[in-house]
Amino acid sequence: MSMAAAQPPVTDVLLWVVYPYLCALVLVGGLIWRYRYDKFGWTTRSSQLYEATILRWGSPLFHFGILMVLIGHIGGLLIPKAWTQAVGISDHVYHLMAVFIGTVAGACTLIGLAILIARRRLTGPVFAATTRNDKAMYVVLAGVIVLGLWATVKANAVGGGYDYRETISPWVRSLFLLRPDPTVMAAVPTSFQVHILAAFTLFALWPFTRLVHAFSAPVGYLTRPYVVYRSRDPRGGLRPPRRGWEPARVTRKAGR
Amino acid sequence: MRIWGGPGARRGRRGREPRVMAQMAMVMNLDKCIGCHTCSVTCKQAWTNRSGVEYAWFNNVETRPGQGYPRTYEDQQRWQGGWVRTRDGRLKPRSGGRIKKLLTIFANPKLPSIRDYYEPWTYDYEHLVAAPASSDTPVARPVSLLTGKDTTISWSANWDDSLAGGNEIAAGDPVLASLRDRPDNSVLQQVSDRVRQEFERTFLFFLPRICEHCLNPTCAAACPSGAIYKRAEDGIVLIDQDRCRGWRMCISGCPYKKVYFNHRTGKAEKCTFCFPRIELGQPTICAETCVGRLRYIGLMLYDADAVAQAAAVEKETDLYEAQKGVFLDPHDPEVVAAAQRAGIPDDWIEAAQRSPVWDLIMRYQVALPLHPEYRTLPMVWYIPPLSPVVDVLRDTGHDGEDVGNLFGAVEALRIPVQYLAGLFSAGDPKPVTAVLRRLAAMRAYQRRINLGEPADESIAATVGMTGAQMEEMYRLLAIAKYEQRYVIPKAHAEDAHRLEALGTECSLAKLAGPGARGPYGPGPFGESSGTPVPVGVETFQMLRVRQSADTVAAPRDKQTRVNLLNWDGKGRPEGLFPPQRKDGERQTSDRTHNEPENSGPHNNEPTSSEQETSEPRDGQP
Ligand code: HEM
Ligand code: SF4
Ligand code: SF4
Repeated sequence: MSMAAAQPPVTDVLLWVVYPYLCALVLVGGLIWRYRYDKFGWTTRSSQLYEATILRWGSPLFHFGILMVLIGHIGGLLIPKAWTQAVGISDHVYHLMAVFIGTVAGACTLIGLAILIARRRLTGPVFAATTRNDKAMYVVLAGVIVLGLWATVKANAVGGGYDYRETISPWVRSLFLLRPDPTVMAAVPTSFQVHILAAFTLFALWPFTRLVHAFSAPVGYLTRPYVVYRSRDPRGGLRPPRRGWEPARVTRKAGR
Repeated sequence: MRIWGGPGARRGRRGREPRVMAQMAMVMNLDKCIGCHTCSVTCKQAWTNRSGVEYAWFNNVETRPGQGYPRTYEDQQRWQGGWVRTRDGRLKPRSGGRIKKLLTIFANPKLPSIRDYYEPWTYDYEHLVAAPASSDTPVARPVSLLTGKDTTISWSANWDDSLAGGNEIAAGDPVLASLRDRPDNSVLQQVSDRVRQEFERTFLFFLPRICEHCLNPTCAAACPSGAIYKRAEDGIVLIDQDRCRGWRMCISGCPYKKVYFNHRTGKAEKCTFCFPRIELGQPTICAETCVGRLRYIGLMLYDADAVAQAAAVEKETDLYEAQKGVFLDPHDPEVVAAAQRAGIPDDWIEAAQRSPVWDLIMRYQVALPLHPEYRTLPMVWYIPPLSPVVDVLRDTGHDGEDVGNLFGAVEALRIPVQYLAGLFSAGDPKPVTAVLRRLAAMRAYQRRINLGEPADESIAATVGMTGAQMEEMYRLLAIAKYEQRYVIPKAHAEDAHRLEALGTECSLAKLAGPGARGPYGPGPFGESSGTPVPVGVETFQMLRVRQSADTVAAPRDKQTRVNLLNWDGKGRPEGLFPPQRKDGERQTSDRTHNEPENSGPHNNEPTSSEQETSEPRDGQP
């Protein structure tokens, strides 16, 4: 990286370039690793068998909330302001929409999460089946969500709104375009900075927790035939033969 | 082409070549089940003796009438299992189509809770030895395997065994409830209250259940990740443990509630039809160990293209005939030719021709499907019990082997017949009556022969059979040998390497032989390192040793351990006990093998390291 003119401070580079990329790398690498070596562990580890009544409130609230939040983040961070303006959505309308949908989604997520965590702690069998990994995951997950809400509420209530689409969004896009630009991040309020750093920590933890289930969201179900037929498992063992150890195989060609 | 079964089932499909597939199927003769639960126990030892599936019984035996396991699983208004026919004549899972499934994935609205099965428990045995001295005898309290805390046992997989709990529990039987609710049965409605009082005396039988390995499985249809599949070769329905993501929708999908959620691993598991044994030509463990010898295993050929149509016939009471219409007659040359074109090996076709399942379902027509109204086209069928009828006759002082009495009783005993119809023919008493009459005729016909009287063809004729057919059916039902009850072709030789992906062209035997290096010999870091041995190889080796050894199946390559599951109780294999300490040498050398304290597993010498179980690793592939 040659930044001859205005060299940003080292801490900014570490926090807003090195750390995010490192976390992204761990996320991608971790997912690949887990998929290759621990398909068996890739599951929601549903606890519904133990307890269903509370889960029926908590889990849908949380999941629908977090998925809305996810869509909101994608919209807000990846779609440039100029594009929404171009299709005729004024900043004011956008802001109102974001605040309205965001409040609903945020509230669902937070309430859902509170229910889920309370259920985890208070239901005997569920708590007994909670691993240390789960606890760590919940701390970070809850941290990210609470910090994000806190930053937003603080900015809107106290400061009359903070337009992250001018600063944070371009930075996120710069990361995706592999032309990282840490300079804008220096001026971002601390509350948002903390939320973002926590979020990247969550991404890095993601592949190693039960959260991996989100990456296998079963969208293929919508197009698949109901009943699946498969030939007798050709693998037998748990894994395909290692590279270089495949059996000799004839690829039949037409003709003789 | 000659096809067995109802004429309606194959209407409009003439001239089309059937898509022949083979299906492993089972028939159980309920008259012979003594409710001993041996099948359940051996199945558990083989498959679910693990943490997370303590509560799961791939094979369970429930008392009828009774609530079943899990409780009231047959109440599909409540559990929404199986398929429903939509108004346009197509099938949809009762619990909803794909979109509804995905929208309710975050909390499955129709999942039985652990309480509907039962809370698994163990006992605090340690307390028996660790309790301080006191005037009271210490007791081992039950401890929940879910919470690790003390618990009260209040239900189990067969809590209402043999009508324990009486009418209160039996009245919760969904099949009884459905009898009561049937609008066209005013007599039965009247009778239903009396049923409650009289049931105990008149009517009780056992229903052993495994997964039905359905032709049209809703469990597979309900699985969002497509991890449940039907094996194209033999129709066994399996869950790919590597692809299951724990969405737990299959459990609701299956109307028989034969998919279980492993609450430790977070993956669904189900009856595997003991596929590692089947591949080697051996019966499932439940069948192998069945005390009543009432299970039959064989192949059925069927037309895969006819399945959807048969499962979607309009009237539920037509499903029995419709399913028979899907089966293809393996003796029909056209079917044989089509099967060969479909790549089914000749020895499989030949096995299908000798299949006892075919004989019981199609030739003698004495087996019926369990709950055909679920529209999954189940493939474990049942010969309904005649014994309740016989018992009533005997109790009332009549001759329980007289054909006239028996026929009269089948007609008169409407409650048992209607109840059986609720289980086996979607409420239609006709198929059940027909089967019971055939069994009754056989009973009467055979009695004469036993008494040395001349055979009476007219008895056979009343149920549309000949004396010779009666004789054959009797042989199959009463005295068939192992090889006749289980006709299981081995997984095909050409497939053997594919089967276990040995990754080499070596034969199974070479790979599994003692001291085998191969890909499955011990790895560089000792016994348990290296690539895991596929279940099939392990089983093959184990059984080969056991069957060919003339004394004891003692593994010669392992001095220090003996797999007790392979030990046939004869003699004392090397390594059954740990090596004796030096200072005890004089004592032990005096002992002979016949000394009782040294010849059985109940010896109180420590045998901590003897068990090298052949338990499958993940339960399923
Ligand atoms: C879009 C796809 C997703 C699907 C289909 C999905 C589905 C599920 C399911 C079925 C469970 C098991 C609930 C149970 O029976 O116990 C679960 C649990 C959970 N999910 Fe998701 N999820 C998705 C995305 C996410 C995301 C994006 C997050 C978090 C950021 C998340 C966080 C969680 C957590 C924390 C639990 C554990 C709840 C508990 O038992 O305490 N999920 N999810
Ligand atoms: S009985 Fe077996 S194959 Fe049929 S739906 Fe249930 S689990 Fe699936
Ligand atoms: S082992 Fe046989 S006789 Fe005993 S309960 Fe099972 S099916 Fe019935």
